[in-house]
Amino acid sequence: MVTYFKDIYSGLVSLFIGMEVTFKEFFKPTVTVQYPYETLTMTEKYRGHVELIENDEGKPNCIVCGLCQRACPSACITLAGVKPEGEKKKVLTKYILDFTRCSLCGSCVESCNFNALEFSKEYNLASTRREDFIFDLLQRLEDRNK
Amino acid sequence: MSLTLLNVIFAVVVAIAFAAANAAYLVWAERRGAARIQRRPGPNINGPFGLLQPPLDGIKLMAKQLIIPGGADKVLFIAAPVLAMYPAIMSFVTIPFSDTIVAHNINVGILMIFAFASTGSMSLIFAGWSSRNKYSMMSAVRAVSQSVAYEIPMLITTITVVMIAGSMDLMEIVHQQSRSILHWNIFPLLGKSHNLLMPASFLIFFICTLAETNRAPFDLGEAESELVAGFHTEYGSMGFGLFFMGEYANIVIGACMTTILFLGGWSCPFGLFPGVWWFLLKLYLLIATFIWIRWTFPRTTIYGLLNLSWKILIPLSLVNLLLTAGLIKVF
Repeated sequence: MVTYFKDIYSGLVSLFIGMEVTFKEFFKPTVTVQYPYETLTMTEKYRGHVELIENDEGKPNCIVCGLCQRACPSACITLAGVKPEGEKKKVLTKYILDFTRCSLCGSCVESCNFNALEFSKEYNLASTRREDFIFDLLQRLEDRNK
Repeated sequence: MSLTLLNVIFAVVVAIAFAAANAAYLVWAERRGAARIQRRPGPNINGPFGLLQPPLDGIKLMAKQLIIPGGADKVLFIAAPVLAMYPAIMSFVTIPFSDTIVAHNINVGILMIFAFASTGSMSLIFAGWSSRNKYSMMSAVRAVSQSVAYEIPMLITTITVVMIAGSMDLMEIVHQQSRSILHWNIFPLLGKSHNLLMPASFLIFFICTLAETNRAPFDLGEAESELVAGFHTEYGSMGFGLFFMGEYANIVIGACMTTILFLGGWSCPFGLFPGVWWFLLKLYLLIATFIWIRWTFPRTTIYGLLNLSWKILIPLSLVNLLLTAGLIKVF
């Protein structure tokens, strides 16, 4: 009989404790982000698709060694370059990333010895067309510098 | 007030408008309140503070087609949502909001309201039975056992109040309590009974109101995680809309009854600004508590629900009934 009343009492008290918790939460500021109206800046270590790094003149750091192409486990990267007359280094002419197959493993960024690749902070990538995910990174670099 | 045709039409229009407006904006309040408790903003796109959300939802529901599933009992299927809404509107006829604001006061007001409220579970049975859906059927079975279990302590508690007041007239019950705050039935130090256990009765009545209106944590009838949406699984468009509005209109009725029976109706605590706003203040504070409770507690199990009623609420309310009867005899 004593436990019967004890159970009722402790149950009732626990209910009021629960209500106190939600009462306090009610007056705290909201924590969610109203996505289309406000966006978060991505953290330093966020992995978007890869992006070319430019040098001071706005040209890519890439020397077309092809290590990233070889490191890629899914064969996403296609690149080409030419060696102009009288120049020492090759110049990048084409860098296509097939993002439909990329798993964001980062092997290309790790393999690059010339500080030419980085992860972008891009995350708004939804599309209904497959072609939208074949990125021309050289084109993107030019667009950025416009 | 005499029962002329004009009066009746006016009362019906006001009752429907009040019930519908409350149902619509309680949905808004519920969503905003839930959002605040979960620390998000809630509906805030349509209109200032999302205030246009309920009418837009209503328009959307009305524009949709009412699909009747194959093999369903058509008459019962269509009757069920109407049955869910009408007891609430009928009850507004006799609920007094102040000394003058009442459509038609009858001397057995409590009896009438409980008679109509008990037909509310009929709509759940109809909906569950006629949908020809196993989840709806399960939900209807649960709704019946729940309303059987919770109407008993609710009515016993009401009898306690009726004994103190000596009347079933809602006006009379409020007048008995309106002398001072200490005459209120929630803590009647100066009333007829001097029963110090009345706060327990208030809690019992409040819990039963939650259960009777199928609100969380007692929403076993529409337990989403187990029964899809319970009795209204098969309902779309305004059929669902009527169930939804009926739920909120029933909440208003439940809160009105709690206010009248225990919190002194429109009587003001210390003689401050007497008027209908005291009734509305108490009413909406109770409704806010309803919402607050819904977003605090998880759903109980069906066994826990029935155990609570048969093992705790019914014995306690019976004890309080006997105690009140004895105390009235003594004083």
